[in-house]
Amino acid sequence: MDFLRPACWEEALAAKAEHPTAVPIAGGTDVMVEINFDHRRPEYLLDLNRIGELCEWEVGEESVRLGASVPYTQIMEHLRAELPGLALASHTVASPQIRNRGGVGGNLGTASPAGDAHPALLAAGAEVEVASVRGSRLIPIDEFYTGVKRNALAADELIRAVHIKKADGPQQFSKVGTRNAMVIAVCAFGLALHPETRTVRTGIGSAAPTPVRAKAAEEFLNAALEEGGFWDSKEIITPSIAKQFAELASGGCSPIDDVRGTASYRRHAVGIMARRTLGWTWEAYRGNAHGTKGGAQCA
Amino acid sequence: MPQNTPVATAPAGTPTSISQGSRTKGGIGESTLRPDGTLKVTGEFAYSSDMWHEDMLWGHTLRSTVAHAEIKSIDVSEALATPGVYAVLTYDDLPTEVKNYGLEIQDTPVLAHGKVRHHGEPVALVAADHPETARRAAAKIKIEYVELPLITDEASATAPDAVLVHEGRADHHIGHVPHPNILHRQPIVRGNADEAAERADVIVKGDYTFGMQDQAFLGPESGLAVPSEDGGVELYVATQWLHSDLRQIAPVLGLPEEKVRMTLSGVGGAFGGREDLSMQIHACLLALRTGKPVKIVYNRFESFFGHVHRHPAKLHYEHGATRDGKLTHMKCRIVLDGGAYASASPAVVGNAASLSVGPYVLDDVDIEALALYSNNPPCGAMRGFGAVQACFAYEAQMDKLAAELDMDPVEFRQLNAMEQGTLMPTGQPVDSPAPVAELLRRVKARPLPPEQQWLAAGEEADVRALPGGLSNTTHGEGVVRGVGYAVGIKNVGFSEGFDDYSTARVRMEVVGGEPVVTVHTAMAEVGQGGVTVHAQIARTELGVAQVTIRPADTQVGSAGSTSASRQTYVTGGAVKHTCENVREKVLEIGRRRFGSYHPAWATAELRLEGGKVVTDGGEVLADLVDVLESEAVDLELEWRHRPTEAFDLVTGQGNGHVQYSFAAHRAVVEVDTELGLVKVIELAVAQDVGKALNPLSVVGQIQGGTTQGLGVAVMEEIIVDPKTAKVRNPSFTDYLIPTILDTPTIPVDVLELADDHAPYGLRGVGEAPTLSSTPAVLAAIRNATGLELNRTPVRPEHLTGT
Repeated sequence: MDFLRPACWEEALAAKAEHPTAVPIAGGTDVMVEINFDHRRPEYLLDLNRIGELCEWEVGEESVRLGASVPYTQIMEHLRAELPGLALASHTVASPQIRNRGGVGGNLGTASPAGDAHPALLAAGAEVEVASVRGSRLIPIDEFYTGVKRNALAADELIRAVHIKKADGPQQFSKVGTRNAMVIAVCAFGLALHPETRTVRTGIGSAAPTPVRAKAAEEFLNAALEEGGFWDSKEIITPSIAKQFAELASGGCSPIDDVRGTASYRRHAVGIMARRTLGWTWEAYRGNAHGTKGGAQCA
Repeated sequence: MPQNTPVATAPAGTPTSISQGSRTKGGIGESTLRPDGTLKVTGEFAYSSDMWHEDMLWGHTLRSTVAHAEIKSIDVSEALATPGVYAVLTYDDLPTEVKNYGLEIQDTPVLAHGKVRHHGEPVALVAADHPETARRAAAKIKIEYVELPLITDEASATAPDAVLVHEGRADHHIGHVPHPNILHRQPIVRGNADEAAERADVIVKGDYTFGMQDQAFLGPESGLAVPSEDGGVELYVATQWLHSDLRQIAPVLGLPEEKVRMTLSGVGGAFGGREDLSMQIHACLLALRTGKPVKIVYNRFESFFGHVHRHPAKLHYEHGATRDGKLTHMKCRIVLDGGAYASASPAVVGNAASLSVGPYVLDDVDIEALALYSNNPPCGAMRGFGAVQACFAYEAQMDKLAAELDMDPVEFRQLNAMEQGTLMPTGQPVDSPAPVAELLRRVKARPLPPEQQWLAAGEEADVRALPGGLSNTTHGEGVVRGVGYAVGIKNVGFSEGFDDYSTARVRMEVVGGEPVVTVHTAMAEVGQGGVTVHAQIARTELGVAQVTIRPADTQVGSAGSTSASRQTYVTGGAVKHTCENVREKVLEIGRRRFGSYHPAWATAELRLEGGKVVTDGGEVLADLVDVLESEAVDLELEWRHRPTEAFDLVTGQGNGHVQYSFAAHRAVVEVDTELGLVKVIELAVAQDVGKALNPLSVVGQIQGGTTQGLGVAVMEEIIVDPKTAKVRNPSFTDYLIPTILDTPTIPVDVLELADDHAPYGLRGVGEAPTLSSTPAVLAAIRNATGLELNRTPVRPEHLTGT
């Protein structure tokens, strides 16, 4: 196995162009496990750790440009206001040691349906900035996940950053695992209210071959909120609307039975999480405190 | 309410304080600190996997990828030709006629012979100059398998056309089992359960399932074998019983036992998982073949295949009771899946059968326990050893009976609780304190933890105090509290007539003007605290502050296994016994030298205290330094507890056990009833330990056992695919064990009711808390949800009906 160590971004792109099979490695929290357990034996490893700008972020007018290697710990500590959904999701990633190393670029590169960042990115609205020696482009998050552990990257492309819309309303993230910490998702749900556009976006994790949005649920809810004048009145969403939203979110899943849980449980749990996260975000939108405590202290 | 049952009050004379102390600092009853504690916490402790030797090779094990198959051919040529590879071994390379090993029955091939019987069975070994080279070379070994039908449960094991997991069995159980795929069967019949059932006003039946638990110890299997000049081998290894390993290793190597010199290396934990051999013989074979030191270290994935697990079990129970709450009878059938090889299964069957009644008075019982041979992973020893599965079932039955009778579940148990003098179903009287009702009273009397603790910090929910924890699944929605109780009984020590002895060598001498004591045993320190306790015993008995514990090795006689909650009792007993004899020798020397100076030498009871010989009145007769001068007293002695008897193969009668140990739990849980997630809020324990030699270690053992019981209640299970008999989750990603956020407050109430038959009155501690923890958590979840829950671990699917 060859270990490529580019000193800058341009060198990294050149190396990837020259060796399209090279596997990029940053925190190594996924790649090294695969290698240690002999699940994967790449010809080349492309070490991105010398490229400092991958660990930086910029808060812009509309969005945050989050470097691919910014560790989850930094997101939790510094971007809670701008990216509340992603910050909550970051809390649930593995252990403190892993959160100190791993970043969103790795989640996107692996594109596992169980990656914790995906539902939050889908709900917030994001674009993945990828680059190659041919130039760079922005891939909308909705088009990024193309299959089980597959994404829209070309063989010579690397993930540079993610552009995530700054929260214009409350966001929530919820994940089911059979342990109270340090657990891979059985299924997960992200939800973001976007009062500026009067829309709700969602993301489902581990309940379909790829991370997906619960689009039918979103469309139903957007219409119901508009028709009922809820965005202006800030009244409590009627239970029947919440119930139907939950059912549609559940229906947005196409899960499998596996060692972590059954398909029917996943459908059921996504529905429950959809109803609860809607309740929490809507209460927060109405001006009632309904945040989530406990995470930061545990970091 | 019937007579004579003190339900709510403590029996007279129930002491809770430390009853026996030592007059020498650091003696028994003090919480002296572990010598390895700081090293372990700071990461500096050398575990067996940290060993290194110059010019060392790395061994690797190639394991079967299928569960049951004939091996048509093995081609190692490509592996052998790999640069850096020094040896590749298969069955054909074994040096002697002894090619199998096993704790009780030698049915386990050192390397597969023509057939594999479970997923992950060792087939070939490679030694190379780098672990990666060894691993890659092993991948080049070509094995042709022809798959055979699978035996995966009782139905497939005993079907008319069932293939036999082991053909031509000649072990000592084959004569009394109904089918060759049944390894061992132990019935127990006492009284007349059918007749007694006619007196019952209510009868409760239940079928229960217990999942396969892994020991999940720290430090996967590892060791280092170094060939020695005399043609023998030095083996440094993490194990539970050096001499048992030695007896199994030496014949396979064709060496006399004295040429296989074993030394215990740093052990992370064991819980029964190191009772069987793993890499021991393999490393020795490679070392002797190559003439070089060979190290083998399993990773966590391989570790799941490298040791036996807790038996999964199916249990059927029937209990009856009268309207006033007295048990009438019990019938049960316990089917344990032993997997492909015998390991400790026969003894687990004996335990499951003899402890199947639980700590209750029941004179009319009809019991059957058996272990299957199957193509599932081999199962054997794990903390609680057959008593765990039974306790899960009989405690569920107790709750069902109490509900049927509309009685409080704790009062119902207390009404039927055994006490000193009660007969076990084997006819053996319980001849030391059995404070079952009192243990239950204590856990019930504790105040309950406050409700809705997630709101304690203010308006927003603190998710760490809620089911789901940091995964942020609820802020209180759907959360229901439940409370449950359970109590259990565990035997201590090896049973059924086993010669369960230990050996200790104790030396007293003067070094640098101070009396010092050296204690040498072969006891495997696996975290239980023997290294602390042996020094405490030596200080107490010999009155010397400075005690050195020598590393455990086979240069001293066997200490028996570090299992069955037995080491403090048996090796502690051996250390005490040898110290007493050393003391007598020292006093003889003293009498010889100074006897004429003071009449007390001849007349008084003499003790050794604070480095001096003193009378029972406290008068100092001499300094040990002066008594010993340059003489050393050095003794190696064996010590045995009371003998036990085998159980009758038909009636199950016999004085099979040495001692019993009791613990009770109260579990408080909060269940997210919509998502099926559980948070255990508190697990209160009360346990009788006879005498706490090291109270801090005792509490640690009780909390650890409790947590292991919690694990198998709500998450821990090795999942075996019934279609392939392959393990589906051999990693800590998918085999979950409790984190600190899953571990509740565990208040511990320690009772010390002396067992007069045991050294210092002590009672084995390590296993009892593992038993009742699981059923208490299950009872609490049932209480919260109203569901029947006849299976453990409970998964979210079971709680949500999905």
